[in-house]
Amino acid sequence: MKKSIMLGALAVAGLTAASASASTLDDVKARGKLNCGVSSGLTGFSQPDANGVWEGFDVAVCRAVAAAVLGDSTAVEFVPLTTQVRFTALASGEIDILARNTTWTFSRDTDLKLDFIGVNYYDGQGFMVPKSLGVTSAKDLDGATVCIQTGTTTELNLADFFRANNISYEPIPIETNAEAQQQYLAGACDVYTTDASGLAATRATFEAPGDHVILPEIISKEPLGPVVRHGDNEWGDIAMWTLNALIAAEELGVTSANVEELAAAATTNPEINRLLGTEGDLGAMIGLDAQWAVRAIAAGGNYGELFEKNIGVNTPIGLARGLNAQWTEGGLIYAPPFR
Amino acid sequence: MTTLTDTPKQGFRLSQLIYDTRYRSITIQVIATVLIVAALWWLARNTVANLTALGKDFTLEFLGNRSGYDINQRLIAYDSNATHGRAALVGILNTLLVAGLGCVLATILGVIFGVLRLSKNWIVSRLAAVYVEGFRNVPLLLWIIAIFAVMTESTPSPKDFRGENPVASMALADNVAITNRGAYIPEPLFANGLGDVEIKPGGIFADLYFNVSIDLIVILLTLVASLLVVKLVNTRAADIQNATGVRPTTWWVNLLIIVAPIAALLWGLGFYLGKPELSGFNFAGGTHLRNSLLALWLALSLYTGAFIAEIVRGGINAVSKGQTEAAFALGLRPNRTMRLVILPQALRVIIPPLISQFLNLTKNSSLAIAIGYMDVRSTLGGITVNQTGRELEGILLVGLFYLLLSLAISTGMNWFNDRVKLKER
Repeated sequence: MKKSIMLGALAVAGLTAASASASTLDDVKARGKLNCGVSSGLTGFSQPDANGVWEGFDVAVCRAVAAAVLGDSTAVEFVPLTTQVRFTALASGEIDILARNTTWTFSRDTDLKLDFIGVNYYDGQGFMVPKSLGVTSAKDLDGATVCIQTGTTTELNLADFFRANNISYEPIPIETNAEAQQQYLAGACDVYTTDASGLAATRATFEAPGDHVILPEIISKEPLGPVVRHGDNEWGDIAMWTLNALIAAEELGVTSANVEELAAAATTNPEINRLLGTEGDLGAMIGLDAQWAVRAIAAGGNYGELFEKNIGVNTPIGLARGLNAQWTEGGLIYAPPFR
Repeated sequence: MTTLTDTPKQGFRLSQLIYDTRYRSITIQVIATVLIVAALWWLARNTVANLTALGKDFTLEFLGNRSGYDINQRLIAYDSNATHGRAALVGILNTLLVAGLGCVLATILGVIFGVLRLSKNWIVSRLAAVYVEGFRNVPLLLWIIAIFAVMTESTPSPKDFRGENPVASMALADNVAITNRGAYIPEPLFANGLGDVEIKPGGIFADLYFNVSIDLIVILLTLVASLLVVKLVNTRAADIQNATGVRPTTWWVNLLIIVAPIAALLWGLGFYLGKPELSGFNFAGGTHLRNSLLALWLALSLYTGAFIAEIVRGGINAVSKGQTEAAFALGLRPNRTMRLVILPQALRVIIPPLISQFLNLTKNSSLAIAIGYMDVRSTLGGITVNQTGRELEGILLVGLFYLLLSLAISTGMNWFNDRVKLKER
């Protein structure tokens, strides 16, 4: 009698444990919506527009995944997260994917039980100062007050950089990019440091962007990429290959304008055919239909289109492709073969 | 049919557990205990199962690892090479600092405005009412952010102090600089200081190392000794008063006993004030009271002070008017009536709710995160949790700390309450 109660209890416990690790793909399909964690507002990367519709370079990744999985790029619930709570939100299942300019590091990938599915922006940490300060190098910043978002890799890099150069600083910890901007413009800190792309994006929203300079030193490698929970490899594969599909599409010349046409019938390029589902069954291998990549690309365009539209040189943020050009153009952006 | 007149000797029936008042309470308690234990067991089991599903374990080892981040306000030695445990300790001390400062200022504000609200002067009592209603009816978080924003936006930045014709200048004969990064005030320094004692525990307390200034210890010891002598003088004065009816004048003796040794000691130690001076990007030297500390301290004090004002007003009103009349009839002047008759009785009513307000203030200090004050919630419960991924452990530790701190405050205040409450003999 007693034994059977114990066994029953164990079985119940086992069931609760099992439900905790149910497939993210099934959850998303059942919900009909993708829960996507984004930054609470960084121009060009993730920000709601005047109508409250989220847009940006990181947002586009979530839209592509939603289009691939659910067939609707608007079926995304965006959850704005601060740097401090983002990993907890992902680990607890509140969000399915985190696209929040998050740096890929060893301990995050292993100890924090996250899986980075690739890199959508190769970045590095920089410093922004008002021109009037007359500072030309980060090494001149001895004794400066530095605004820094807490719970980031930049916070750790900053400590290491100043320690290595044997200079001191006063950190002002802040929660969000908007708060940093307010503190920096009020002169409460001399320097704002974050990823160089973030600095460019922040500076673009200033009234007088020309009054501020980004110092030449880039003190770290910050490969930014979307993140999923560790352990659900099927879901990780879907997210990873959706990102890769966007990158491959640029390399293969597939754009949001011509993707429907190219997908209508098999072309002469077999890789385009495999990507767009007119040949082979790559979609079935990741549990989706043949048209998944077509929808992902049609959602906002290929990697290059997304870059130019959100953060490229013709936007107020004005970032050059640099490291983020295709490998064929001398950059680091490179998708494994679709085969 | 059975007759009810002669009660048959019945055995125990199960229904008695519910319908018999002798057993009912036990039944309910047993059921409640079983349910609570089951709920706790389920919570623990669920936690373990979910941690396993995520591939995580439960360990406090991260406290011994290098933290890697810097903290601006630190009361003890700390840098990014120290451990997460040490960072937690820095945060704990910052929490204690703002909670302690807050409790003191809130009590002062509360007593002042509580008494003012009872004033017969219409304007004074209305002004006190405006303060009370304004502060206790707007959420604390808004006050914290508002005060911080005002302090940041309306004060000059350090670079405004520079140049030939500076926009801003230092206050109080160039001793205090008020900037948008906080106030820089002079710090006490000793030319012939005695140095520090290093306290270095071992084992799991290895993170608890700190330095104690010998100067501070000597000054405190001198003060305590002076106060003991003052007490002796007062006892003797009371004896003389009891014997002869005339109390000898003691105030200048007492003043001399307190001031002279300290003054001599400070002179011997070469005491001087280190003024803050512009250097590089910021002021150097002096003590830096950061805006985050000042804003949090002010907001917590003003907010809690409003509640304490009402408690004080209620306490004074609770003392019967007959007490005042009786005191006047005995010939006591109004201020002595307040001090000797009304307040001691009002304290009995004031202290218990005051404990709750101190506890509220202490726990509310965790809103520090909103303006970047590095309290224990920001260090251990914020950055450390985020950098190590130990959410469960970190937040449990922070919770445990607040629990212990609140219990300590309650215990202390209850002890004080026992001392001032009505002695029934």
